[in-house]
Amino acid sequence: MSDPILSIRGLKKSFGALTATDDVSLDLYPGEIHALIGPNGAGKSTLIKQIVGEIRPDAGSIAFEGQVIDRLDGAARARRGLARSFQVSSVIPDFTVQQNVMLAVAGAGGHVFRFLRPALSDPGLTGPAQGYIAHAGLTGREQSKASALSHGERRKLEIAMALALRPKVFLLDEPMAGMGLEGAKQLTAILSELRREAPILLVEHDMDAVFALADRITVLVYGRVIATGTVSEIRANPLVRQSYLGEEA
Amino acid sequence: MTMNREFIINIMIFGLLIAVGIGAHLAGQGFTVTLATKVAILGLAGVGLNLALGYGGLVSFGHAAFFGIGGYAAGVLASHAANGDPLMFGFGGSNQMLVIWPVAMLAAGFAALMIGALSLRTSGVYFIMVTLAFAQMIYYFAISWPRYGGEDGLSFYVRNAFPGMNTLKPIEYFTICASLLGLALVFSGLVTQSRFGLALQSIRQNPQRATAVGIRATPVRLTTFVISAMITALAGALYADLNRFVSPSMFSWHMSGEIMVFVILGGVGRLCGPIAGAAMFILLEHLLGKVSDHWQALLGLMLLGIVLFAPGGLIGLITKGLDALRKEKADV
Ligand SMILES: Nc1ncnc2c1ncn2[C@@H]1O[C@H](COP(=O)(O)OP(=O)(O)O)[C@@H](O)[C@H]1O
Ligand SMILES: [Mg+2]
Repeated sequence: MSDPILSIRGLKKSFGALTATDDVSLDLYPGEIHALIGPNGAGKSTLIKQIVGEIRPDAGSIAFEGQVIDRLDGAARARRGLARSFQVSSVIPDFTVQQNVMLAVAGAGGHVFRFLRPALSDPGLTGPAQGYIAHAGLTGREQSKASALSHGERRKLEIAMALALRPKVFLLDEPMAGMGLEGAKQLTAILSELRREAPILLVEHDMDAVFALADRITVLVYGRVIATGTVSEIRANPLVRQSYLGEEA
Repeated sequence: MTMNREFIINIMIFGLLIAVGIGAHLAGQGFTVTLATKVAILGLAGVGLNLALGYGGLVSFGHAAFFGIGGYAAGVLASHAANGDPLMFGFGGSNQMLVIWPVAMLAAGFAALMIGALSLRTSGVYFIMVTLAFAQMIYYFAISWPRYGGEDGLSFYVRNAFPGMNTLKPIEYFTICASLLGLALVFSGLVTQSRFGLALQSIRQNPQRATAVGIRATPVRLTTFVISAMITALAGALYADLNRFVSPSMFSWHMSGEIMVFVILGGVGRLCGPIAGAAMFILLEHLLGKVSDHWQALLGLMLLGIVLFAPGGLIGLITKGLDALRKEKADV
């Protein structure tokens, strides 16, 4: 197998007495969708936050493209190509769709200290933005305010913003949350396209989506990895069936 | 579309200020020209604060520090020019506005860099308190600095000079101040629509999201704070020359509060909001100040009304009014 693009080793994080991440190691390989599943409160979001640099782990290390990134702040990690979507969708509410994506283009390029040129007449921003908007399926909605979008459209906007980072890895925290059946189907199709751009670490509760999309699955319970394997391995794993899938049934 | 409409309102407000200044001059009302000049200057101070507060969400309760630094730069340079004492490092004073303004802005920019570097580690109410604390420190420092008048302040008898102008003539000084205000508005307008402006506004609305697209909040905020301080300092220098007097009260928290009132009254994050706010403030002060010392109570009520019922401020109200008019026309 090729080298992992993202490699997490011995990550630990406690909030007071609660251990939210308990010695987690995990690899993400080029081209794969790696699902991270586990019951509520298992520490999935906390793990994502440590990967993107929003919270600092107490111990352990994260390597990205073979380089340790522990000392980089969140913005620097994003510029390197760690693109993240949030469990609760997170966009700039007063900006239009176009402005949101332009912001991501500008941020990714690291060129925000330009003061006098109107962003809207800067083809270096508008051009790429148009492409990402189209890719995420939002053409025609460029001038709508983000706050006026439907839930599903906002999810798509987040994907357009992630694409604008020209990501090397997508970290998606429950992208299906709050989507209806139809929306979830659409998004599943978009995600399976997305894997061609970059590998995905996918936190998801929707088991249909996980089994449809994932190449490998890691199961987290109480901050610990209890199993990692292919979809069929995980389905067959008695420990997983008992402690997680069993719960669902 | 909204942009266009707001653009028209901005032109109207700025145009009205110019019209009042010129009209009053033609009517021989020097005092009104001076009032309009005051609106331009205080509006300019507000335009500076608006960049930080309105667009950046940085609620600075210490902008009087920069207003005062601008004022004292003018006062101190002028007093050294008048008595011929060298200032420092072999430099003398100056009575040239073209020297005074850059000095005022650089001094305030430097102070803002220091204050910002410390205060931007905090946020919310702590940011408000830290900026206030710094301004108060400078206030007490000015009071206890007898070389420049201490508590009594510093008077200078002629306005500083600008090449080719008689700055003592109300209309000529008005022209200078209104031109600078115009420049500051164009600059602010451009900045807020630039890449930097996008980054700044995104950080105000959703800092976590800004980080996730690779934007570091602190350098953007600090830069904004410094630019904002420099504009307010320019206003301070102009204010000193308007009154031919500076005193520690320019540094006081009342002053910080007043600048903030201009911004909020006019409409937070609206380009010409601070002008509308300053105009309203000065109009009330002028009309009601004679009737009663308690005119500020009315101001307080207005402010309360705006905050509760019209968060877009005066500009927001004008926008709504125009929309209603347009709709009525369309219906007819
Ligand atoms: N900032 C925090 N402070 C204290 N406890 C937290 C914090 N963030 C998360 N937790 C706790 O850590 C555990 C894991 O949370 P989280 O990572 O959000 O779980 P998941 O995303 O798997 O549902 C939960 O018990 C949660 O209450
Ligand atoms: Mg979660």
